[in-house]
Order: sequence, then structure tokens, then C-alpha cells
Amino acid sequence: MGIYNDTVMEHFMNPRNVGDMENPDGVGTYGSPVCGDMMQIAIRVKDDVIMDAKFKTFGCGSAIASSSIATEMIIGMTIDDALALTNKEIVDGLGGLPAVKIHCSVLADHAIKSAIYDYAQKNGKTYKGLEGFDPNAEEDEHDITEESGCVGGCSGPACEKNSNESNEPK
Amino acid sequence: MANHRDVYLDYSATTPVKEEVFQEMLPWFTENYGNPSSIYTIGQKSKEALHQARSRVAKLIGAKEDEIYFTSTGTEADNWAIFGAVDSLKTKGNHIITTVFEHHAILHACQFLEQRGTRVTYLPVDSQGLVDPKKVEEAISEDTVLITIMAVNNEIGTVQPIREISEIAKRHGVLFHTDGVQAVGSIPVNVKEWGVDMMSISSHKIYGPKGVGALYIRKGLRISNFMHGGGQEGKRRAGTENLPGIVGFGKAAELAYDHLDHHIEHVKTLRDYFTQEVLRRIPEVTINGTMEHRHPGNINLAFNYIEGEGILLLLDREGISVSTGSACNSAALTPSHVLSAIGLPVERIHGSIRFTMGDYTTREDVDYVINVLEDTVKKLREISSVNEKKGW
Repeated sequence: MGIYNDTVMEHFMNPRNVGDMENPDGVGTYGSPVCGDMMQIAIRVKDDVIMDAKFKTFGCGSAIASSSIATEMIIGMTIDDALALTNKEIVDGLGGLPAVKIHCSVLADHAIKSAIYDYAQKNGKTYKGLEGFDPNAEEDEHDITEESGCVGGCSGPACEKNSNESNEPK
Repeated sequence: MANHRDVYLDYSATTPVKEEVFQEMLPWFTENYGNPSSIYTIGQKSKEALHQARSRVAKLIGAKEDEIYFTSTGTEADNWAIFGAVDSLKTKGNHIITTVFEHHAILHACQFLEQRGTRVTYLPVDSQGLVDPKKVEEAISEDTVLITIMAVNNEIGTVQPIREISEIAKRHGVLFHTDGVQAVGSIPVNVKEWGVDMMSISSHKIYGPKGVGALYIRKGLRISNFMHGGGQEGKRRAGTENLPGIVGFGKAAELAYDHLDHHIEHVKTLRDYFTQEVLRRIPEVTINGTMEHRHPGNINLAFNYIEGEGILLLLDREGISVSTGSACNSAALTPSHVLSAIGLPVERIHGSIRFTMGDYTTREDVDYVINVLEDTVKKLREISSVNEKKGW
């Protein structure tokens, strides 16, 4: 029926871990409203384990669902495990996303890394999973659409970007 | 929360077929199946029905019967007008004037010709969503063969100064086509008063069936054919007529003509009430496009700090159907070209929703939508990483 499966809809309708965190140990923000998606993830860390995570997201259903499941996945994880979390695991956790929405899971993955980066900076820690990570980078170049600088460029075989297809109001 | 109900507020996308229309169509599927081109009795019966439908559609737009050519869709009518005019005038010139916020049936047809050497000027529109006739005149040059500008915009409902543009076109001897798909049946339309040379219309926007449209071509004007084959539609649009569809279109046109004033009053009252209540009850909402020259059933609102697909999905869960200009709702991930054209910042395009009322919309429906919308916006704003305090 709808464009999303039941798991995605469930996370979108009843997102877990929404909100702000008082005195978080690390905060990461990724995306921008101009691009249509902006996630903020805050984490509480104890003994290198993520004890709690909260998010706030401006974005579509899949962006909110990705944020929800991603925070759920990282709570209880060690920092190293959280850094190893891939966007594919987020997508799999949601039981799949439409091809054009995959970038939403990339945003969640990136926001988590940014939050851990913030935590590492504040506490003078280094993690192997953060090597070469720049929280201000615009994501891998091939994922950026040329005009906007927004993540969301779809370049895979399932890419419908050039199909002229549009759901704009008729 | 009030009891769940199904509320369709997307009448500009399409409309349900009215019961009277449906009933009138039925015999033309199974009983009266004759081909209007056949000279025996049942063929001639079909021909007579075709004639009646044509005269009803003509009456709705103030045209003569022999100025109406049935097509498969409004899109076909748009394509035909453009390709037909450009082809027939190729010795005169090769320049089209249109606007940046036309329907894709116009824009993509123009882009197709552009790739084949036609020069196309895409005029801007102002922040209110209106075309400046002066800019149209300035864009005309020696080789201009066609001006095509929509009468009513499909997303923001703004009504364009068609008569002024038509006078300019006439003064310069340039053909003027208007996409009237969103105008006909929603505002008073008279092709003679407007002075247009061609106008596209669609059946499914006026409570008729899908798969039927028409192109009005002013008497005396010849443009090249688009569909080639048999001698249907006065040898100008080949293909066996979609008779049940055309009969339905005719009936829908008759009803639209008879009830136009009531229809306008009905949708405008609901639209104005809805708009006023939403603006009163929900903070940080702005109207896209002018309210002064606007389709009576259309309102397009930008809900700051949230994204349209989320709004649409939550409303859908509660039985409410609306449209959004958000990029997240398009396969191409591009925000609405119409809202971009009026200069709306992209982040606010993402949070824009179009609501369009119709004949079956009730006050109870509107009250229900306002309540659900208030909760929906509140919920998404609680989740959002941007807000009034923080700003974008």
C-alpha cells in the first residue's frame, strides 16, 4: 500500500528516543533544512558504552524512522561498535527503504559519528573508527548533488533521478 | 481526536466521477458500442452522442462546437498545441514564450523542442505567483511563434492575466495558447472574452472520467496534426473516439456550467474558513501565492520547521489526502518548481502542503482536517531539530 513498510511506518509514527538531552556527553548534527533532512543526535557515554541517545530530526518519514532505529541500535553499544554501524545495517533494521530514501540512513549514520566525534574531542579520546572522519565534510563526493551540495544524490542502478518522474502536485 | 473519517482534499489532482456522469456513460460501453465513423444506425447513434458532448464542452468555455477537438488527456492537448503550432509556423520562426511555473506537460514539451533547436523563453513569475504581461511583451521577437501561459497554476492556484496577455499576443500577431486544465470548471472561462487561440482542458478535473481531454482551437486557425491516422475529429486528431469517456466529459461539462456559481461559492467558503482557522490555530504558517487572484478551492501553506512528506503521511493515516511540494516526496528529490519560481526558500518548500476543496467537501470534513493538522504539526515540530527559537 504505502511507500514504506510497516517497520518504517511504526518507527515514524512512534519514534523512539526523541528529544533533547540535558548535559550530553556528545552531540552531532548532520544535514540541513535546505537539503530537506537535518538530524541531531545526543549521546551519554559511560566506560566507552553508549548509555543513552536522543534525537531530533527535521525531515521526511524515512529520516525520522532512520533516526529512531539508529538511536535504538546504538544504545548499549560500545563506541567502537557504534562507529562500525553502517547505513546498510540501519536500512536492514528498518526492513528496507525505497531506493531514493537510502540517503536518510546515511544521514543517521553520519550524525552518530559526529556525536561520537564530539564526545572524543571533549574527552581527548581517539577511536580507530573516527580516523579520517570530518564532521563538517559534506559526505562522500559522489553522494552530493551538484547544484545544491545536498547529500541525496542517487547514483546506483536503482537511481530514478533522471527519470523526469515527479510527485509534485498535479 | 474526532472520529476517523476519510477526507479528500486533493481535488486539483483529480476528482471523483459524479454519479450522473457515470450513469450517462454506462450505455456507451455495452449497449451503444457503435463506432461513430460507421454509417449504419448504431454508428450514427454514437456520432450523435459525440456531437452532444462536443456542444456541452464548447458551451462551458464559450466556444463553438467545431472548435473543440477531443484528445486523450490535457497533456496531449498541451503537447499538440505546442508541437502543432511550432511545426505549422516553422517558416515564420522558432521561438516560444512560456513561464517557469507551467505544468510539466508544457515544460517538458518545450524542453523537448529546445533540444531540437527551438528557442524557448521561460518567463519568471513574481513572489505572488503572477506573470507580468509587460515581461511577455518584452520577450516577443521577430521569430516568436507561440506564447503558452497557464490560466490557473496547479499548485498555488494563482489566476494569470490571460486577457492582457492575449491582447499583447494579438497586437504582435503571435499565437496564444493557455493551459486551462485547472481553470475550467473552477473560475468563469470564456475563450472569446479571453481572446485565446488555443486552450487545453481535462475531463477528470471537473468530475468527469480520466483519459479524456480537449483542445480548443479558434475557428480558422490551422496547426499541424499531432496524432496521425483516420479522419476522426474533423481529420485533425486521429484515433477512434473514447466515446464513453467523451460522453462523460460532456455531462461533466454540462454540470460544471449549470452549477459554476454554486461550486465557486461552496469551495471558496470552505477554503477561506479552513485557511483562517489554520492560520489562527497553528503558529508559523504562511500562505504561498496571492489570495487575490486565486482558484477558489486552492490553498497552499508552508508549515515552518517541518517537512511535507511527514505531514502528508500522518494526515493519510487519519484518512486525509493532500499534496506536498517537498523534494522528499519526489523521486528526483527536487523541490517543487512552482514554489521555487515564487522565490520561496527551499527549507519552506519542503514544508509546503496543497489543500484543494471540491463539491463533496463539507464543513465537518474541514473541521476534522484542521484538528488533525494541528496535532500533526505539533507532533512533527516536537521531533524536529529546527524550531522557532533556534531558527533554521
